[in-house]
Amino acid sequence: MVTALTKRWKTRHGFLFIQEDECKGCGFCIEFCPKKVLEASDRFNAKGYFPPRVVDADACVNCTFCQLICPDFAIWSEKDEVGSDDA
Amino acid sequence: MPEGRILKGTHFLNGDEACAEGAIAAGCGLFAGYPITPQSEIAERIAERLPQVGGTFIQMEDEISSMAAILGGAWAGLKTMTATSGPGFSLMMENLGLGLMTETPCVLVNIQRGGPSTGLPTLVGQADMMQARWGSHGDYAIIALCPSSPQESFELTIRAFNLAETYRLPVLVLSDEVVGHMYERVVIDPDRIEIVERCPPNRPPGEFRLYEPGPDLSPQGMPTFGDGHRVHVTGLTHDERGYPIIDAETQHRLVTRLKAKIETHADALESVEEIDVDDAEIVIVTYGISARTSLGALRDAQERGWKVGMLRLITVWPFPAGRIRALADRVAGFVVPEINLGQIVLEVERAAAGRAAVRSVPHAGGAIHDPETIVAAIEEVLRDAS
Amino acid sequence: MPVKTKKLPVPEVLPARTHPMQGYLRVDRLPHIWCSGCGLGTALSCFTYALDELGLTCADVGVVSGIGCTGRAAGYLNLDSYHTTHGRAIPFATGLAVGQPEKKVVVFSGDGDLFAIGGNHFIHAARRNIDITVLCVNNFNYGMTGGQFGPTTPVGARGTTAPYGNSENPFNLPYLAASSGAVYVARWTTLDARRLKTAMVEAIRKPGFTFVEIISPCPTNYGRRNRLGDGLDELRYYAERSVIRHGADPKDADLYPGSEILVGRFLERERPTFLEMYEEQILQKNHSAKK
Repeated sequence: MVTALTKRWKTRHGFLFIQEDECKGCGFCIEFCPKKVLEASDRFNAKGYFPPRVVDADACVNCTFCQLICPDFAIWSEKDEVGSDDA
Repeated sequence: MPEGRILKGTHFLNGDEACAEGAIAAGCGLFAGYPITPQSEIAERIAERLPQVGGTFIQMEDEISSMAAILGGAWAGLKTMTATSGPGFSLMMENLGLGLMTETPCVLVNIQRGGPSTGLPTLVGQADMMQARWGSHGDYAIIALCPSSPQESFELTIRAFNLAETYRLPVLVLSDEVVGHMYERVVIDPDRIEIVERCPPNRPPGEFRLYEPGPDLSPQGMPTFGDGHRVHVTGLTHDERGYPIIDAETQHRLVTRLKAKIETHADALESVEEIDVDDAEIVIVTYGISARTSLGALRDAQERGWKVGMLRLITVWPFPAGRIRALADRVAGFVVPEINLGQIVLEVERAAAGRAAVRSVPHAGGAIHDPETIVAAIEEVLRDAS
Repeated sequence: MPVKTKKLPVPEVLPARTHPMQGYLRVDRLPHIWCSGCGLGTALSCFTYALDELGLTCADVGVVSGIGCTGRAAGYLNLDSYHTTHGRAIPFATGLAVGQPEKKVVVFSGDGDLFAIGGNHFIHAARRNIDITVLCVNNFNYGMTGGQFGPTTPVGARGTTAPYGNSENPFNLPYLAASSGAVYVARWTTLDARRLKTAMVEAIRKPGFTFVEIISPCPTNYGRRNRLGDGLDELRYYAERSVIRHGADPKDADLYPGSEILVGRFLERERPTFLEMYEEQILQKNHSAKK
């Protein structure tokens, strides 16, 4: 995967990574994130697609649904090793 | 039923049974096949013998899957074989192509019978000879061996396994119903058996390139599924890593090499038996059971004082064109008896290039030639020559 | 009225990082060829996470695929991967599994490849209980070749070779798998990514012939000709219509226009595998070397 850069957002208990140039704009992660963390960016990527961006980082619980459903390996989550449960 | 991998001793076997023993002696670990006359005795004997040596026999649901299974088994590290007759041979053609394209070693035995279509299920034919060379789509070269006896059925099956490992492709054994069903003495001497084992990759994972050819134009070592090499094997046109590249340049590089890896070794692959060829005016060119029939015709002709010899083809593909060319310069003609309406005779004609007469002795199938027809053909050619 | 501007969280911008599942992928062959909105990328992604969860290394598992869009999956996986002929992935996988019985063999192929040309091989491998996992991505058409209808296309749906609508009854894949002898049968859509991954884990882990049907959008061909919208619209459709019923009778898993999409783990049972039976009935009786 030849990508120039990765964007990384801090979430409550980890990080969310998006490699914008891998994204093919399917919209799956944005639509089905259970916490409505994402929205479509207003800038398109090198392929002409509008990748996701984080709109509400605090809402992200690193549930990893986005990384499972993303068809292009463009988004993934990393949870802190040692973290308190905020539930 | 005796046990052990190599059935040492002197036996009375038919060609099919001898072929089965050859496979087992060669180290076959998987046989996948579908019942079809006159191959049945191969499958039946292997079903009984292969488990005795820890191998697996699977009766697959058809010939298509049989060919696919032996390719998979080969990539899993086994020596593999299937056997069939005409209708099954046709079904196997696509996956034969996959085996050729992916350079997978295995053995495919065709006990030829009368065709086309369902034809004569229980009677002899030799009409799949051209199909063996050209039956799968696309350009490729193939190796095909023709036994003329149960003894040769044993020996050539082993040779087929060895050639498959050396040249990295499916190798064909083109027998026929009469050789398959005839019973003769078969002597099995372990000291005279030579086995070529699979060559492992010449580099460790990460460095090894699956289809990088050596100086002999064949790949240099074959990984085994799960050994860490993480190969990608595809029937699509591919580069030396095995990755599909769909363009003319890659096609040219790959396909010309697949052909050249066999054809540049045609001399080493050549295997013939010559009888009284040195001062012959007419040479009978033949193979398989027709060679046995031709022996009778040869003796008849020689008794009449004619200078006749015989060139028996053991390796039929690649065709020994050089041998024919050399003979064409000094003989009056070739007579080519085969149980088909003229197939290998076309190769003889092509190689002779008009420098000697070429006379086909066809037979539509269902029986072996009456030696008289071969003698008559020899007489005709001699008459035309003088 | 003042416009309320959002204050977006600001990300760090890093030089390219490796995706956590990259070890299972042939990154030099990515990006893959699949269309935007296609579910195959999701299936591939779930598969890598399933392998990770199972703790399988690249040397523990092999993938065999046939021809078609799904068939291309083999080429993106950094495993021993075999891209074979149309419909013949399962018998090839049979040979592979017999030769290396300690390894996991997964067939990754599409609805047409597995159930039209490959149908015969599917039922026999299930019958024999060959130890392989078959992942069938069902997008209801032959996508790679332009959108012809296939053996799973619902009645009335359109394809390039069904311009008036398909007049044939489709297969019910879970029913076919169950009645042929599969020991694990599940169906999920690509929307159910987490449950799909779990099904893959269960199917791969379980010995014997295991089957997961993966319903996927095909926005370029099937979806377009049947006016299903884009990939996202198709997933919304799954969200509306999917009904989870673990243990449901596979007979009830028929799909037709307007039907609910029954998903779940339908069947899990124990049967001796092909090699176990071969060992017991054939090898042991001959006092010969065990496999």
